[in-house]
Amino acid sequence: MKSDYKLVIGLETHVELQTKSKIFCSCPTAFGAEPNTHCCPVCTGEPGSLPILNKEVLAYAIRAGLATNCKISKITHLDRKNYVYPDLPKAYQISQFDEPICVGGYVELASGKRIRINHIHVEEDAGKLVHEDGYTYIDYNRGGVPLIEIVSEPDITDIAEAREYMEKLQITMRHIGVSDCKMQEGSMRCDVNISVHKEGEPFGTRTEIKNMNSLSFMEKALAYEYSRQCDVLDSGEKVIQETRRYNEGTQTTESMRSKEDAQDYRYFPEPDILTVEVSDEFVDAIQASMPELPDVLGKRYVEEYGLGTTEAELIVKYKKIADFFNACAREGSPKLAANLILGQIFRGMQTEEEKEAFELKITPSQLAALVKLQDEGKINAQIARQTLQKMLAEGKDASAYLTAEDLAGVDDSAIDKLCAEAVASNARAVNDYKNGKLQAIKALVGYVMKATRGKADAAAVESKLIALIGG
Amino acid sequence: MGAGKIRKYSELLRSGATTSVKLTEEYLGKIEVLNPEINAYVAVNAEKALRAAKAADERIARGEGDALTGIPFAIKDNIATKGEETTCCSRILKGYKPTYDATVYEKLCAHGAVVLGKNNMDEFAMGSSTETSCYGAAYNPHNRGYVPGGSSGGGAAAVAAGIATYALGSDTGGSIRQPAAFCGVVGLKPTYGAVSRYGLIAYGSSLDQIGPIAASVEDAAIVFDAIKGADKRDQTSSGGTEPTADKLDGNVKGLRIGIAEEYFDGISEDTLKAVRKAIDFYAEAGAEIVKVSLPMLKDALPVYYIIACAEASSNLGRYDGIRYGYRAAHYDDVNDMVMRTRSEGFGREVKRRIMLGTYVLSSGYFDAYYKKALRLRESIVTAFAGIFEKCDVLIAPVAPTTAFPLNYTADNMIETYMSDICTVPVNIAGLPAISLPCGKDGKGLPVGMQIIGKKFDELTVLRTAEAFERAALVDVALDMGVTL
Repeated sequence: MKSDYKLVIGLETHVELQTKSKIFCSCPTAFGAEPNTHCCPVCTGEPGSLPILNKEVLAYAIRAGLATNCKISKITHLDRKNYVYPDLPKAYQISQFDEPICVGGYVELASGKRIRINHIHVEEDAGKLVHEDGYTYIDYNRGGVPLIEIVSEPDITDIAEAREYMEKLQITMRHIGVSDCKMQEGSMRCDVNISVHKEGEPFGTRTEIKNMNSLSFMEKALAYEYSRQCDVLDSGEKVIQETRRYNEGTQTTESMRSKEDAQDYRYFPEPDILTVEVSDEFVDAIQASMPELPDVLGKRYVEEYGLGTTEAELIVKYKKIADFFNACAREGSPKLAANLILGQIFRGMQTEEEKEAFELKITPSQLAALVKLQDEGKINAQIARQTLQKMLAEGKDASAYLTAEDLAGVDDSAIDKLCAEAVASNARAVNDYKNGKLQAIKALVGYVMKATRGKADAAAVESKLIALIGG
Repeated sequence: MGAGKIRKYSELLRSGATTSVKLTEEYLGKIEVLNPEINAYVAVNAEKALRAAKAADERIARGEGDALTGIPFAIKDNIATKGEETTCCSRILKGYKPTYDATVYEKLCAHGAVVLGKNNMDEFAMGSSTETSCYGAAYNPHNRGYVPGGSSGGGAAAVAAGIATYALGSDTGGSIRQPAAFCGVVGLKPTYGAVSRYGLIAYGSSLDQIGPIAASVEDAAIVFDAIKGADKRDQTSSGGTEPTADKLDGNVKGLRIGIAEEYFDGISEDTLKAVRKAIDFYAEAGAEIVKVSLPMLKDALPVYYIIACAEASSNLGRYDGIRYGYRAAHYDDVNDMVMRTRSEGFGREVKRRIMLGTYVLSSGYFDAYYKKALRLRESIVTAFAGIFEKCDVLIAPVAPTTAFPLNYTADNMIETYMSDICTVPVNIAGLPAISLPCGKDGKGLPVGMQIIGKKFDELTVLRTAEAFERAALVDVALDMGVTL
């Protein structure tokens, strides 16, 4: 029975760091340039060239480590991982083997369960093979782009947890500014290690599925592989330790190479780069520059700003939205700002890409100015919404759209007078309301709103009317 | 001023007695006559040399430049020069033209030096005889039946034969010092890191170091002064740029010279005699001779071959025929192409060292070989540090014998490996050492002695060497029958 098998998952997540220059030279890391234009003798591994470690890369890795509760190593060095592949111009990847920069952290899931992190190490990305017209071309632009690999312990026990862990890493890495974590562009990808075993028995033999570049593929691959391993065991056979790949077309995993064919990477210390001593001052300075982590931020939104949990989570999920919101909130009225951002702006964005990019024509200050008018009662929610739509379309200040009349406001005595008028001139609605037809009050509210050309606060008017009628 | 050439020529250039163009033309002429005899150069770029000479003359005319301006020199074929074939004398790099200049070359060019061409060497600097070159062996100018040593044999032969004023070589386990000794010239292996390795095609990255081969100690010092100093393109480089050449005063009074008997085990009679005589000279000149002990010296050879081969197996992985250099003509697919390219492109000795290196790094053998070698390396470093508390320099032979006969190495592989015993400890410990002539053997072949110093103390090494040279006890000068 499949349901008898427990699932065990460990993830190795590669995250491309968004430093301006590459890990071992000063070439730019920007994505999407003409092939082989962001290259130098170091990127192409020309004989005699030497790598110079970009300290910024270590700083980014340390940020990632601090954000995932890791210890930062005082001494760290780089190692050579030797293997032959055309996209790897030196025939070795400079990586870290036995003294990685960060060790022993964890990521906490919503349930409170902690997924332990074994270590985080830095390494260089390889180039890219492009297959076209029966030829294979090599683009070394990506060669030397800095990566961190975040290696979890096998603490994940179901597929939903795997997704949550990945999303949590993604959000965290974006918030601390080390990566945009775009799986579709390859700036975040993962290898999954998966095994199954029966309750009370030791872990089963694991297989590794390489290079998952979307969360839904990862989920499908895990589901397929879980079921495949269960079937293998149920039929009395053994799971073979091997590396597999996910086939998007057939939605299955297939064998790439077995353990016997596994590469011997012949790791040894990289002689061209000196061992790095990481000073406390260096780490302290990074710690001091860390922004609030997503969990802390979300909690503060709820406790300090009075946002609902769902609203808070939604804002935190998208780094750029959170940045925009934070900037608005600093200028006052966070609750109203959140309503407009989520209700008006966010709702108009269809794709995840749009939400992640969150590109607006207006600045947080422009929105804050609008929110301030609403907060001070100069305009009501409806006008605020209408004005925001115009601002989003044209990028102008709220003042460009609000007329003197919009801004005139309505004083309380005028509202009181209009409410009295409404009750006096709509006897039928008043009666209906008194007889239990609560909806009838809307007609009275409508009267006042119409008279104030929508400037009155409808909720406040309704309360007043109810008080007048004495319901 | 003895055998030194740089200052002599520089004065001639400044006085107007000759020009760099004339000097360069004379050198090119001599190369044409002598190179076919000794095969010291694998490439000569006359046009480029004359262009550089002309520019140097203009600088000198303006009263600019220094001792190196306008002086012709040669460079080992494993040092990158932009747009010019740089092959490490390996078939696998045939046709490879670097897209950049090595730091040392850039520095010498900035001094207005004139490069004549590229020197022959053992393939990828793996060897002690310059017989594994894909361009054929180089010959010892003192006797063409003998090798010039290696791997910088081409440079040493060129300087000895007077077809380069000086040459840049590289020394991973003795590749500057041993050929200098075999050819009767001076070779300086600087402290690891004193000279930038940027542009030196790697053999054993933690051991490789570029240095000068020259006609005199002062010449070596002048060139060293010009090429040394930390380089932002080589993270392992460090150290200052204070000149040494103007501090060679011939004074060794009170200098503590260490003698470790372990260096003198298994050394041939002629070599022993010449080195001992040199030590006597220092004692008479007022130096204090201190007996020291280096029992771990016997570990140096295996440590060297394990580390150098391990690093080489990784460094040479990139030669796959994809981006540059040689590519097999026929193949089935990418893997087949890489395999055939490497099988056809590398020579026997290089393949042997790649295999050795791959083996010692393999899982299951790593701890027993590579890791153990690293531990022993540490103990060798510590032992040298201890010794240099008792003395300022060490004097030792450079090699157990003088130059080997041609074709001797191929049949005596182990013995040839063993002959590196006197030179490899310095590379393992990252120390500076110089090789200079101290006599001749019964066959008239030069004998070299080695002076080893503390890290970054090239000055004391050079001063000690120059004092001996100044006393002019040795004449290994060579007349190849072509005069300028």
